[in-house]
Amino acid sequence: MIDRRLVRRAGAVRALLAVDAALGILAALLVLAQAVLLARVAARGFEGAALNELTLPLVLLVAVAACRGLAAWAFEVVGRRAAATTLSELRLDLVERRLRDRPAALDGAESAEVATVAVGGVDALEVTFARYLPQVVLALVVPVAVLALVASIDLLSAGIMLLTLPLVPVFMWLVGRYTERRTRRRWEALRLLAAHFLDVVRGLPTLRAFNRGKAQAEQIARVGDEYRRATMGTLRVAFLSGTVLELAATLGIALVAVTVGVRLVEGGLGLEAGLTVLVLAPELYLPLRNLAAQFHASADGRAVGERLLELAEDAGARPSGTLTPPSPRDAPVRLEGVSFSYPGRDGEVIAGVDLELERGETVALTGPSGAGKSTIAALLLLFAEPTAGRLTCGGIDLAECDAAAWRAQVAWVPQRPTLFRGTVADNIRLGDPVATDDAVQEAAVLAGADAFVRALPRGYKTLVGDGGRPLSAGQVRRVALARAFLRDAPLLILDEPTADLDPAGADLVGRTVERVLSGRTVLLITHRGELETRADRVVRLAGVRALAPWEAATR
Amino acid sequence: MSAVFRLFELAGIPGRRVAVAVVLGALAVVFGIGLMTSAGYLISRAAEQPPILSLTVTIVAVRFFGLARPLTRYLERIVSHDLALRSLARIRSRFYERIEPLAPAQLEGYRRGELLNRMVGDVDALQGLYPRALGPPLVAVLAAAGAVAAAATVLPSAAAVLAIGLFVGGVVVPLFAWSAARSAGRRQAVARGELTADLIELLRGAPELVAFGREQDTLARVRAADAELVRLGRRDALAGAAADALLLLIAGATVAGVLALAVDAHSAGTLDRVLVAALALLALASFDAVVPLPAGAREAPGLLAAGRRVLETMERKPLVCDPAEPHPGPPRRAPVELVGVTAGYSDEEPVLRGFALRLEAGRRVALVGPSGAGKTTVTNLLLRFLDPVEGRVTIAGHDVREYRQEDVRAMFALAGQDAHVFDSTIRENLRLARPDAGDAELWAALQRARLADWAASLPAGLDTPVGEEGTMLSGGQRQRLVLARALLADAPVLLLDEPTAHLDPPTAQAMIDDVLVAAGERAVLLITHRPEGLDQMDEIVSLPLPVPRG
Repeated sequence: MIDRRLVRRAGAVRALLAVDAALGILAALLVLAQAVLLARVAARGFEGAALNELTLPLVLLVAVAACRGLAAWAFEVVGRRAAATTLSELRLDLVERRLRDRPAALDGAESAEVATVAVGGVDALEVTFARYLPQVVLALVVPVAVLALVASIDLLSAGIMLLTLPLVPVFMWLVGRYTERRTRRRWEALRLLAAHFLDVVRGLPTLRAFNRGKAQAEQIARVGDEYRRATMGTLRVAFLSGTVLELAATLGIALVAVTVGVRLVEGGLGLEAGLTVLVLAPELYLPLRNLAAQFHASADGRAVGERLLELAEDAGARPSGTLTPPSPRDAPVRLEGVSFSYPGRDGEVIAGVDLELERGETVALTGPSGAGKSTIAALLLLFAEPTAGRLTCGGIDLAECDAAAWRAQVAWVPQRPTLFRGTVADNIRLGDPVATDDAVQEAAVLAGADAFVRALPRGYKTLVGDGGRPLSAGQVRRVALARAFLRDAPLLILDEPTADLDPAGADLVGRTVERVLSGRTVLLITHRGELETRADRVVRLAGVRALAPWEAATR
Repeated sequence: MSAVFRLFELAGIPGRRVAVAVVLGALAVVFGIGLMTSAGYLISRAAEQPPILSLTVTIVAVRFFGLARPLTRYLERIVSHDLALRSLARIRSRFYERIEPLAPAQLEGYRRGELLNRMVGDVDALQGLYPRALGPPLVAVLAAAGAVAAAATVLPSAAAVLAIGLFVGGVVVPLFAWSAARSAGRRQAVARGELTADLIELLRGAPELVAFGREQDTLARVRAADAELVRLGRRDALAGAAADALLLLIAGATVAGVLALAVDAHSAGTLDRVLVAALALLALASFDAVVPLPAGAREAPGLLAAGRRVLETMERKPLVCDPAEPHPGPPRRAPVELVGVTAGYSDEEPVLRGFALRLEAGRRVALVGPSGAGKTTVTNLLLRFLDPVEGRVTIAGHDVREYRQEDVRAMFALAGQDAHVFDSTIRENLRLARPDAGDAELWAALQRARLADWAASLPAGLDTPVGEEGTMLSGGQRQRLVLARALLADAPVLLLDEPTAHLDPPTAQAMIDDVLVAAGERAVLLITHRPEGLDQMDEIVSLPLPVPRG
């Protein structure tokens, strides 16, 4: 019905379930009241009563309708509010856990998807909370209440209802079992079709470059039409489950009406009783039919909840240690027999790596693509834990140290640096929030960023990042370098610092590393020869042969 | 309103099929109304204790309605789903046809993937056009008219009340739902955009924020944006939830009104007593016609917005067109030249200024320069995805604008870092370049790209799937596959856009060596910012960074 993890985790969901249960009982009572009042007025009218004798039940009838409206409104308001609150709880929880435990776990595309789901998912969750959940409650409460009242009026009608009612779930189950696999295949086909279209649109420039752009239009139309034919075949069967349900409902109503009619003729039942039973009959089946409809409509909402829970409950790393780490200024940093593999994936990224960074030493780390150079950087930043071996500074295991305190001593330029929304100066100041304007500019000069930044319309105050002025990959790298140079950290990790830079820019970075940063410990990840010459020592990482995903899959 | 008509025109929903679906939908509702009305009549008539045989016709009617309603509903669902799928297929292929000449220069999506995804998502959303936007209101009008007409034959005053109730429930309430959804959407759009942007930034930049110990600042921003969105969401729930509630109230009040009029008419002697309950039940059941409308109205603003965006994209005029009387295709060994070319993208500074380049058979030219200097713009010009603002691009001395676009593109084979690898097999990805190529030719191309040994080692060989965007391949394999595809195309000019990006130097050098051998007598343009292969070039052209504004 609804994910147990969601109920456990989100306080808003527990409150919602309680409110919904209360409202469900109220709604059931109102359904009964409406039927009784309607039958009363109609029967008295049949007997020739004047309108003014029936004022009270008529007014009550309107009042009951107003109350039913209020109950429905309350159902939906609490559901929608719970959806907003729950999603907020989930997304903040997700983000905090990510930052604390596994900051480097998402790649770019995935973070966009997660963010979109965590914000826009509220629409889907609203359907689940404001429509599906109330329907579940109503489907549980209303049929019981209706049956109880009908039984107190006319046992035979209650018997007919009781007989047709189980037909509903039983038939649904039978047809559902038969169509489930086909339905799933259909959804899969629909998803593939959408993915195919997206793939073609994405690849349009390539298609056009090969003069294949026009040919694809027919292909799209043909694939779509084939899919329609195939799908309509399954739909003819899949829709049967809904039809059986409706058939049970309408035939149930017809059967009740006819038997009640026959006994009225025989004088075994009064008109008012008969009308009450008749008005109640559709109310018996309606919640079940609505439930079936809402079940499909809320599939997206349940998927959103599951996806976020999955991400939030993704096994976190070990909590950070508590020791104050030694400074790399005073002590060497070592990797001792370090291996690493991604959880749930075959093959080690690095295996048994030993590496020592002496105080004040610049070490160039080279090796073929995929040898695990960036993984070593991630391990040094405590973004992940080695699967074997340990990292130490001054002999103390970094896993025992306070991660934030350790990171405060490290400056890092990642392989693909990020620009954050804000000014260029803000972005450089990420390295040191209290740095003066002069210090920021000095760092920019060292990174070779000053010239292009000053040429920007608003210089260091130019807004960059998403929605701001776009910078080229080389410019972004220079800003990231300035960020790292500004940070007065004893350990610098530079991951491909000269990628995307022209030879002059690369040369400037090389000189900065050589002269300005002397005295700091520098790990220089590169596969460029000219940078290697700036290093005190070159370490080549041979690397475990990385497995392509298909290889891992077929082993 | 015109956008709505253009959308239906785009969806190409044939009127005849719509009519069938609408009539079936209305019949299903009418049969439901008939079931309750005839049952009410049956019970009232039975209370007069007539001979049982006189009830036979009514009993048959009750049973007929009970059977007919679900069966009609079943047919209606089949027909309307068929309609939705037909229109989706049609919208997709027509959308594709219209944007094909726009890609890539006139579609922003290729620079920011999310925009492209949204565009395709918009197209997919339009499949809801019939089942959500067009169908329910038409069904409601037809069924409601039937119900009111039936009531009018027995008691016109009750029919009037019913008509008013159905109008309020079927028009006013959905309009209210529509406006509440639209204004909530507008209010929340900004907050949602803010929060999404903050979240993406936080998740994407998490490693750097954490490394620099600054994650709490950004987290505080996310919290504030989140709190604002929750506040708006909770406030908008009050109005958003009101539509269905109003409908229940209006239905109840209408039934009470009809009942009161019926009772009054009977006591005044103008209505047969057996019709009192029947009329009340008719009124109660007729609201089934309008029940689906508020939900559709809530979705309408989103659907319409998606539709407008799709139309806007489709109505762009392609900037690059074929000439009325094209020059015959250029000879194979014709030289290709850019002369004094200034070019850029709409309302941005030109990326290239006064640029010149000459490519001819057997010559290898390298184009170097920092990122953002317009290297990719050069390939866009050559492939005629873009026309220069000034200067000309010529093949065999004729401006490319004098040829058919297909003839121009047939001159080039592109292996770029941006080249798309389709979510299909190795074979299908290769055959894109030459659909009639046989296996021997495919293997030869793989051989020349040094990918044949790897491909031969795969259990499924050429039929191995490469995954979405080639994710099942390593970076190097992907680049070699793209290269093999370009070699297979057998075009006289080979355009290599950063073919060695993200490869280590020995691999990159080996790859360049292979390519240059495989290129043979073709002209080669190597676009790169790396040193590998530059010493094997006949000419190196440098692109300066464009002068920044201000």
